[in-house]
Amino acid sequence: MAFHYALSADLGPERREAAHAPPLSSAIEVRGLWKVYSRQKGDALSPGIVENPEALEVLEKDRRAVVAVRDVAFSVEPGETFIVMGLSGSGKSTLIRCLMRLVEPTAGNIAVNGRNVTAMTSQELVRFRRTEVAMVFQHYGLLPHRTVLENASFGLKLRGEEAAARTGKAKEILSRVGLEGWGRSYPASLSGGMRQRVGIARALVMDSPILFMDEPFSGLDPLIRRELQDELIRLQRTLRKTIFFVTHDLSEALRLGDRMAVMRKGSIVQVGSPDDIIADPADDYVARFVQDEREQVARAERRMAERRAG
Amino acid sequence: MFPKALEYHVAPAVNSFIDWLVVEHAVFFDAVSMGILSLLLKVNRFLIWLPWWSVLLAVALLGVYATRRPLAGIFLGLLLFPIGMFGLWPMAMETLSVVITAVFLALILGVPVGVLMAERRGASLVLRPLLDAMQTMPSFVYLIPAMMLFGLGKVPAVLATLIYALPPVIRLTELGLRQVPQAVEEAALAYGATRWQLLREVRIPLAMPSILAGVNQTTMMALAMVVVASMIGARGLGQEVLLAINRIDVGRGFEAGSSVVLLAIVIDRITQNLARRWEPPTR
Ligand SMILES: Nc1ncnc2c1ncn2[C@@H]1O[C@H](COP(=O)(O)OP(=O)(O)OP(=O)(O)O)[C@@H](O)[C@H]1O
Ligand SMILES: [Mg+2]
Repeated sequence: MAFHYALSADLGPERREAAHAPPLSSAIEVRGLWKVYSRQKGDALSPGIVENPEALEVLEKDRRAVVAVRDVAFSVEPGETFIVMGLSGSGKSTLIRCLMRLVEPTAGNIAVNGRNVTAMTSQELVRFRRTEVAMVFQHYGLLPHRTVLENASFGLKLRGEEAAARTGKAKEILSRVGLEGWGRSYPASLSGGMRQRVGIARALVMDSPILFMDEPFSGLDPLIRRELQDELIRLQRTLRKTIFFVTHDLSEALRLGDRMAVMRKGSIVQVGSPDDIIADPADDYVARFVQDEREQVARAERRMAERRAG
Repeated sequence: MFPKALEYHVAPAVNSFIDWLVVEHAVFFDAVSMGILSLLLKVNRFLIWLPWWSVLLAVALLGVYATRRPLAGIFLGLLLFPIGMFGLWPMAMETLSVVITAVFLALILGVPVGVLMAERRGASLVLRPLLDAMQTMPSFVYLIPAMMLFGLGKVPAVLATLIYALPPVIRLTELGLRQVPQAVEEAALAYGATRWQLLREVRIPLAMPSILAGVNQTTMMALAMVVVASMIGARGLGQEVLLAINRIDVGRGFEAGSSVVLLAIVIDRITQNLARRWEPPTR
C-alpha cells in the first residue's frame, strides 16, 4: 500500500501533479476513500486520523465520530451501470456524494473521467459538476418555485446557456421521459413518479457522460418504480452512460446492474456481477442480505399467486 | 435597596461619546443627512405631483394584482378616499414618503444583513441582541441623539423609523433563508451552482415570501412611528394628531388618526397578499 492518503487541501501544486493519475480507461476510479463525520461541531478531524485505527476506534466508541465510508476502493468502466447496495446507514449516500464532493472526503483519491476530483479547486469543481456529471436524488430536489420546464433546464441555466437553446433541449428531453405538455406545471402538481421523471430529465439534459443516482426510485410505489426502471433501461440503450446507482432493492439491482458492490458499515464487502454475488456471497452479511431480499420477492410472488387463485 | 456603593453610571460616557460624534464627525453626519433628505424629497415631490385619483387607481390596480380579486383591489383604492375628504391628502403623502424612504433603506440594509446572518452563525449570534435592543429600546432615547446628529425634521424621523423598522426585515430574511430545504440546495450545488447562483436562483426566491412578510411588518412599524416622528418635526399625519391633542380637538384627532389607520390597512393588505403571491405554487 504505497498510496498517499491526503486531503485535497493539503496537496501543494507539485504534489497535486504527482497525485495518483488513474488509467484513462475507467470512468470512475476510487482508491482508499474515507469519510469520517465528527459529531461535535468544530471537532475537526485531520486526514491522518484514518491511518490511526486505534484512535479512530476510540472516537467511534465515544460516539464522537461516525465512519460513514471506510477505505473504499473500486472502479467503474465507461458505459457500465454500477450498483451500490447496503442496509440503511451503510454509507451509500455518503459515498455517492463524495464522488462529486457534495460531501468532502476525509482521505483518499477519486478520479472521474481521468480527472482528479479530490484535487479540484472550487472553480474546477463547479465546472466539473456542470459538464461531467449529473445527479438524480431520492427526494427529487426540484425547485418548487420553478415550472417543470425551468426545472429540467436548470443545470443548463447554471451553465450559462441561452434561454432559447435550453428551452429547446429541455422540451426534447421532457418528451423523451414522457412529460410532453407538462412543461408549464409546477412540481407540486405532479405525482412522485412524474417528479422523478423531471429529475431524470434535468440530469439527462446536461448531456454529461456520468449519471449518479441515489435511490431514485425508492420513494415510489412498486408499479411506478418498475415503469421508471424500464424507462431507464430503454434510455440507457441509446445513451450508454456510465451510471452509478444506489439502491437497497435487490430486484432493482438485478434488473439494472452490470456489476454491483455491497456495502456494510462503510466498507465494500463484495464487488461482482449481481448473479455472481447471489450465487457466491462473500460472507454471512452478503448472504443474509441477498437471502432476505430473495425471500421477500418469493413471499410477494406467493401472495400474488394466492390472490390470483382466490 | 441596591447598595449605594455599587452605583455606577455610564450616562456621562454616553453623553461625551455623542458630543464627540457631533463635534468630530459633523461632516459625515451632514453627508448622510443630505443623502437621505434628497431621496426623501424626491419621493415626496413625486407623490405630491401625482393627481390624487391616479394614486387611488394605482393602489386599486396593485390591489387587484396582489389579491387576485378585482373587488378587493377596488375597495383598497377607495379606502384612501376619506383621507382626501378630510383635507389630509398632502399630509398623508408626506407621511407616506417618510414610510417609503424608511422601508426602502430598511430593505437595502436589511436583506444583505439577513443573508449574512443566515450564512454565518457568528454574525447571527452577535447581531441578534442588537436587533432585540433596536426593537425594545424606547424610541425617545435615540430620537434625542438622532436630532443632535441630524438636526430637526424629516431626516431623524426617517432614521428613527429605520431603527425601529429594520429588525423585522433582517430577522425574516434570515429565517426565510434558513428554511430553504436542504435537498433543494444540494441539488443546485450538484448541478454546479456557485455560491452566488445558489443565493440568487434558489435561496432568495424561496425565502421571498418570508422576506416580504418582513416588508409588511416593517411598513406597519414604520407607520406606527409617524406620530413619534412628528415630535421631532416631521410633518404629516402624525403632526395633525399632535396638533389635535394639543388643542384637545377630539374630532380632528379622530380624522387624522383614522387616516393613519386607513393607510396602514391598505399597505398591509397589499404587502401581505404580495407575499402570498410569491409562495411556490402548491398545485
Ligand atoms: N451530515 C452527517 N453528519 C454526521 N453523520 C452523518 C451525516 N450524514 C450521514 N451520517 C452518518 O453516516 C452514516 C452513513 O449514512 P448514509 O446516509 O451515507 O447511509 P445510507 O447507506 O445512504 O443510508 P440510507 O439507506 O438510509 O439512505 C450513518 O450512520 C449516518 O448517521
Ligand atoms: Mg441514503
